[in-house]
Amino acid sequence: MARRSVPEINAASMADVAFILLIFFLSVTSMDSDKGLFRTLPPYVPVEEQTKIKVVEKYLFVVFLNKNDNLMIEKKPARMQDIRPKCIEFLTNMNNDMTDLSVPGYDVVDIPLLGGPQKVTKAIVSIQNDRGSSYDKYIEVQNEIVAAYNIVRDRHARKFFHKKYDDLTEDEQNAIKELLPQKISEMEPKNIGGN
Amino acid sequence: MAIIRKDKKKDAPPISTASLPDIVYMILFFFMITTTMRETTLMLKKPNLPHATEIIKLEKKSLVSNIYVSPPLPEYEALFGTQPVIQLNDAIEEVSQISLFIQKEREARDANVRDFMSVSLKADSKTKMGIISDIKMELRKVNSLKLNYAALGN
Repeated sequence: MARRSVPEINAASMADVAFILLIFFLSVTSMDSDKGLFRTLPPYVPVEEQTKIKVVEKYLFVVFLNKNDNLMIEKKPARMQDIRPKCIEFLTNMNNDMTDLSVPGYDVVDIPLLGGPQKVTKAIVSIQNDRGSSYDKYIEVQNEIVAAYNIVRDRHARKFFHKKYDDLTEDEQNAIKELLPQKISEMEPKNIGGN
Repeated sequence: MAIIRKDKKKDAPPISTASLPDIVYMILFFFMITTTMRETTLMLKKPNLPHATEIIKLEKKSLVSNIYVSPPLPEYEALFGTQPVIQLNDAIEEVSQISLFIQKEREARDANVRDFMSVSLKADSKTKMGIISDIKMELRKVNSLKLNYAALGN
């Protein structure tokens, strides 16, 4: 019986085929991943139903960004790098002395995971901006405030669990979140400086 | 004494390209895995996203609707001007169209996952806050409250 050998398939064009596929995928796909600052907006309330909620000045940490992107923290001009330390200071210090307006008050809340009643700050960070301020600076302000919250939460995590906040279990993270709730209020922008 | 051959020219052996397809396939599979299909063609300039450090990665990509805010591409400048505009899906729209857009996005998803939908706002860093505030107001009106400000890590 004569054995016929199968002729070898020429694979020289294989590379070309693969290149065509590669170029096709490079052109129709995109690599951008969705990363960013995640926020929850407040629900919409029609103007007629709005009631004025009185928040005592004592609890508020006001950051104002004007149309020229100049910053004001607690009614004093400030720089971008001042936000983080000042915000951390505001979130960590608290007293219930109503005559002292610079430091927020606190509630005592029982958090079982943290071993009983804890002082929970009533601090609210309020971001106010003008319609003319730039998105870039606004995100920078948001980022600084979220960073301040994350730093303080991390400090609490190290104090109570001797671990980094990111390494905690979900229950432990929720306990820390209860100890330091993220309250960021955003006012309707004022059109002070015009567009 | 060593013999030095000068007269005989020796050709370098040809480089085998047999493994070239394998290498190209490797690159191909890498790109197939790391990238995603592009759904919309941008009619705007690619938004120059702001930078931030405290960013979170969005998990369910199928539940994210994108709103782009950026100046239009040069070919659309005659129609839409040079100021930042909003693109929803494949068209440049007015702010008032956002509620309709969100409703359509909701209807395209299963009822049980609608609560987990979020909006990713991909805005150019030079945009003014006015248009951003208008978008936020529209989103609040249709009760789409989960908002992601798309940003780049440093």
